[in-house]
Amino acid sequence: MSEKIIEVKDLVKKFGNFVANDHLTFDVNRGEIFGFLGANGAGKTTAIKILTGLSKPTSGDVQVAGVNVSKYPERVKKKIGYMNQSFSLYDDMTVRENFRFYGGIYGLSKAEIKERTKHFLTKLNMEAYGNRMLKSIPLGWKQKLAFSVANIHNPGVIFLDEPTGGVDPITRRQFWELIYEAADRGTTVFVTTHYMDEAEYCERVCILSEGKIKALDTPVKLKQDFNTTNMNDVFLKLARNVE
Amino acid sequence: MRRIRYILQKEFLQIFRDKALLPIIIIIPIIQLVVLSYTATYEIKNIRLVVVDQDHTPDSRALTREFTGSPFYKLEGSLPNYAQAFHLMQKGTADQILVIEPHFEKNLETTKKASVQLITNAINGSAAGVMQGYGVSIINGFHNNIQIEQHPGQAKGLPIQTDTSYWYNPELNYFTFMVPGILVLLVSLIGLFLSSMNIVKEKELGTITQLNVTPINKFEFIAGKLIPFWVIAMADLTVGLLVARFWFDIHIAGNPVLLLFVTSVYMVLILSFGLFISTMAQTMQQAMFISWFFLVIFILMSGLFTPIESMPAWAQEFNRINPLAYFIKINRMIMLKGSVFSDIRNEFFILAGYAIAMLGFSTLRYRKTS
Repeated sequence: MSEKIIEVKDLVKKFGNFVANDHLTFDVNRGEIFGFLGANGAGKTTAIKILTGLSKPTSGDVQVAGVNVSKYPERVKKKIGYMNQSFSLYDDMTVRENFRFYGGIYGLSKAEIKERTKHFLTKLNMEAYGNRMLKSIPLGWKQKLAFSVANIHNPGVIFLDEPTGGVDPITRRQFWELIYEAADRGTTVFVTTHYMDEAEYCERVCILSEGKIKALDTPVKLKQDFNTTNMNDVFLKLARNVE
Repeated sequence: MRRIRYILQKEFLQIFRDKALLPIIIIIPIIQLVVLSYTATYEIKNIRLVVVDQDHTPDSRALTREFTGSPFYKLEGSLPNYAQAFHLMQKGTADQILVIEPHFEKNLETTKKASVQLITNAINGSAAGVMQGYGVSIINGFHNNIQIEQHPGQAKGLPIQTDTSYWYNPELNYFTFMVPGILVLLVSLIGLFLSSMNIVKEKELGTITQLNVTPINKFEFIAGKLIPFWVIAMADLTVGLLVARFWFDIHIAGNPVLLLFVTSVYMVLILSFGLFISTMAQTMQQAMFISWFFLVIFILMSGLFTPIESMPAWAQEFNRINPLAYFIKINRMIMLKGSVFSDIRNEFFILAGYAIAMLGFSTLRYRKTS
């Protein structure tokens, strides 16, 4: 049995009477690419906010990278990376300045920041764009940059909340190459998505509906269980059961 | 603590790249200082005077000359009767009418009563009061001179002689009074608006979420947000003081270093207050209106334009929590009176305590976990 990096037991999050996360229980293994799927409003973003220490759970036990997140939300923040659907780097700063800022915030040394920036720019083939303002860079590239910035401190786990929203298919594929590379280096990737083809890229997926986990397994196993050939049908069958 | 450096670097980059913000920070304070200081004055110049001299004697002409020789008066015309003069006032081309009655000189010399009539346009009540005051003082001056001329060697006619001298601002120069206050207003305005818009801007852009998942700590965050604006406000004040000194020729009676020191503490208070608003507000529009609400009340009650002493008791009580009231008071004490630290100690410690509390509130109110 491989080592667990995320352990969630009976996670409940309520907003007034509305139950956004209804007794979620799941584990994620170190180095795994874990997909978190669900329709809009299924509770994906709520759960990811709790896992990253942005939001407090109503009840339940959440351990990320060995830290009890609800008790010590600040401790877990050193060990994780995060990128969300709304693009969140600074538009009025250059690519390099964004790397420098986040590198500095994560406590990297000057030399480390320089080295990491160079590494990512080379990998993304963007050496020529280092001194360009972020606002002048196309969205797909920005998303890849945001992913790299979220990785600048080599976190053990990286949380991606719909990272490929609004991005063209080629860039999406390149983006997933980046995810695979990170996973190869041992980084755990926790990713939420709407795109069912992306679900196929995950090692295991968890399908959420109305705040509850409806299915959790490898894509291959899920397709067998639901007797379909693709994840899209799995998702539709689950969604139909709900209605 | 090393993180603060990176936050500062980012904030300064963003401020100096903001093409709309930069002129607000640099040019507008200076323009406002120069413009406001000239316009926010109680002094009235060029009072348009119409003289109705019905005596036509050396004395009546001497009195008229006293008026026309004054820098505050401009002779609009000399007319034979009151009706014509009043017509000019109705038309709005005369501010004041001086009517010298027939036999003015004769009555003066025979020591009977001699009357003049002074009519003032009082549409603007406070201006009328000032014009009336000018006119009466010219007539009194003329009266005293006549008495001395006519009865040399005798005691003056008035039983009580008031000899007025104004301390701390001997010439009752309005620049001297207004400029220090306007300087306070400007740094408060700039400080409060810049800081109250800042955090909420990151909320609107969504960049705050990215910051909140980093290990940045609350104090570093607030300090990183506060220090750049603090530096800007201090620079603005220094430039303002230089303009006051070399443009308006205002001599700072006290120690400018003491003034800068008090300002440095006051700015921590104002900026913390702005950041506090920014952590509470959800949109920049909300932040803008909340800051504006507080600032207008603080300014109008601060004693900048009207003396606190003549406000009702509840308003004076309110000023105990008005940071501007303390700071304007300290500012005028240092700039005009030459007060030293021991004179302003009480107000200073209240400001300092207030600043620490507000800094604490804004740090506590900034939440990384909701």
